[in-house]
Amino acid sequence: MLTYTAKRIGLALLVALAVSALAFLALRASGDVAIALAGEGARAEDIENIRKIYGLDRPLVVQYVEWLWNMLRGDFGQSLYFKTDVLSLVLDKLPTTLYLALFSLIFSLAISVPLGVLAAVYPNSWIDRTCLTLAVVGQAMPNFFFALILVMVLAVWFHLLPVSGSETWAHFVMPTIALGYYVAPPFMRLVRAGMIEVLASDYVRTARAKGLSAASIIGKHALRNALVPIVALAAVQLGYLLGGSVVIETIFALDGLGYLAFTSITHLDIPVTQSIVALLSFVYVGLTLAADLANAWLDPRIRVG
Amino acid sequence: MTDLLANSPVAIAEPSRQAQFWRRVVHHKGLMFGSVVLAVIILMALLAPLIAPYDPYAQDLLHRTIPPVWYAKGSWLHILGTDNLGRDYFSRVIYGARISLLIGLSVMLISGMIGTALGLAAGYFGGRVDMVVTFIITVRLAMPLILVALAVVATVGGSLWVVIAVLGLLKWDRFAVVMRAATQQVRSLEYVAAAECIGVSTPRIILGEVLPNILPHLVVVATVEGASAILLEAALSFLGLGVQPPLPSWGLMIAEAKTYMFFSFWLIAIPGTMLAFLVLAINMVGDGVRDVFAPNGKG
Repeated sequence: MLTYTAKRIGLALLVALAVSALAFLALRASGDVAIALAGEGARAEDIENIRKIYGLDRPLVVQYVEWLWNMLRGDFGQSLYFKTDVLSLVLDKLPTTLYLALFSLIFSLAISVPLGVLAAVYPNSWIDRTCLTLAVVGQAMPNFFFALILVMVLAVWFHLLPVSGSETWAHFVMPTIALGYYVAPPFMRLVRAGMIEVLASDYVRTARAKGLSAASIIGKHALRNALVPIVALAAVQLGYLLGGSVVIETIFALDGLGYLAFTSITHLDIPVTQSIVALLSFVYVGLTLAADLANAWLDPRIRVG
Repeated sequence: MTDLLANSPVAIAEPSRQAQFWRRVVHHKGLMFGSVVLAVIILMALLAPLIAPYDPYAQDLLHRTIPPVWYAKGSWLHILGTDNLGRDYFSRVIYGARISLLIGLSVMLISGMIGTALGLAAGYFGGRVDMVVTFIITVRLAMPLILVALAVVATVGGSLWVVIAVLGLLKWDRFAVVMRAATQQVRSLEYVAAAECIGVSTPRIILGEVLPNILPHLVVVATVEGASAILLEAALSFLGLGVQPPLPSWGLMIAEAKTYMFFSFWLIAIPGTMLAFLVLAINMVGDGVRDVFAPNGKG
């Protein structure tokens, strides 16, 4: 277990390093930061000056190492648009997005697990087919379109919820649904497939033979085993939810990291954008690392093989 | 179609493999539905100049936001009404199909080539090559796709081609993952070993023996990725960092109508529904292809 953990952590660090380098390069290579810094209508010598002041005339590798080193020390640089420290800006918005991602994950699990179980218990029934249809349609629905439909129905027609903002818990309801429904179908398929497999297994047959109730068989014996692969998928999906929050938060003006990312991207605020991209990548690397370690702990075959 | 098959002598005797295959295709409701919807949208895109009653860019400021024909104020002159600049919505929706399909197809081709090459190499050669490719895939997966795409489009400047290039270069991960796994399976089969024994060159084995046998997997991933590229373009355009006005991208049309949505929700509902239908159709074709090629793996 120790060797596996060490190996896995080493790999995670390597991935984090590569991602940060790529994110840095992608953003630098796609546009001239100095021009963005100088703003519109700047003269050529102004741009040249800025390039010198910010050290943008040095090789990219040097700039990258410096950026990474500063980030490790907790110095994320200064925002060009908000004129403040990037780290405090990001930390300020992070909780909102974490809540949103977590709520969305819980919401999607709350609909996908029961539906997946139902579909597995009655395979090829009308319940199964309805669940499958819901999953297929759900995955085809653009989430920003679904978000706008929610706004029209819940906020405008029925006045149940506020249209946008982030002051109260009620502001989180629509973003949670709009973000969460999209990750529900993969969970549902996985729960369904896992349950069908487990329900056909020997120990479930034994449990049935012992005369245990259906509820106890499904809840205690089957579901618990079918949920193991869900942990790995949940880690991946949480990463997606954090990234996807940029669309949903922008629509609902929910003041989180996604909204901050969008604002900084549209204002070409590269220090903030870079930091958020790197941060979300690190969170994803951390989540998948945790999921892998959890799975290795649960299943010895993984850490040996 | 079914009658034809039933009456043919082949079907009465022992149905040939091909006949069985086509029977599965025809009897698969999802595949049929998806193919029909997709075919209609493709035809719409190809024949856009013939079907569209108006120029999709022609503004008519005297006739702005006329509702579709099923509203009391609607008229048959503009079946789906007009937008805030008085452009015929039906014509714009038709031309919008071209953009979505172009995006889906080109992104699919670019990312498909990158991902398939990586996956084939990793699955066939294994060892070091596999390690490197797996690492590249892991790195790509760790990057928040939509954020990186938004940021790059924002700095380069939005246009149809930039969106295609960015999404194509970012979305190859699932191709690589699936192709790698499929190649690993096929690689251990006897005919590959046989080909190696008689001295067939490696590129010929990969392209001639391995690739044709994992083609069904490739088709399935390609549909999923094409559909997802269409949704991503719509999301990018919706946020203003994708296809630029006045192009009639469905995502962009929703963005332009957002200000008017409280009064004219149909301005959003129509392109949104088109997007959902297109993606639904592509996904159903993908699911159908998977079922038809793996009749035993159902469920």
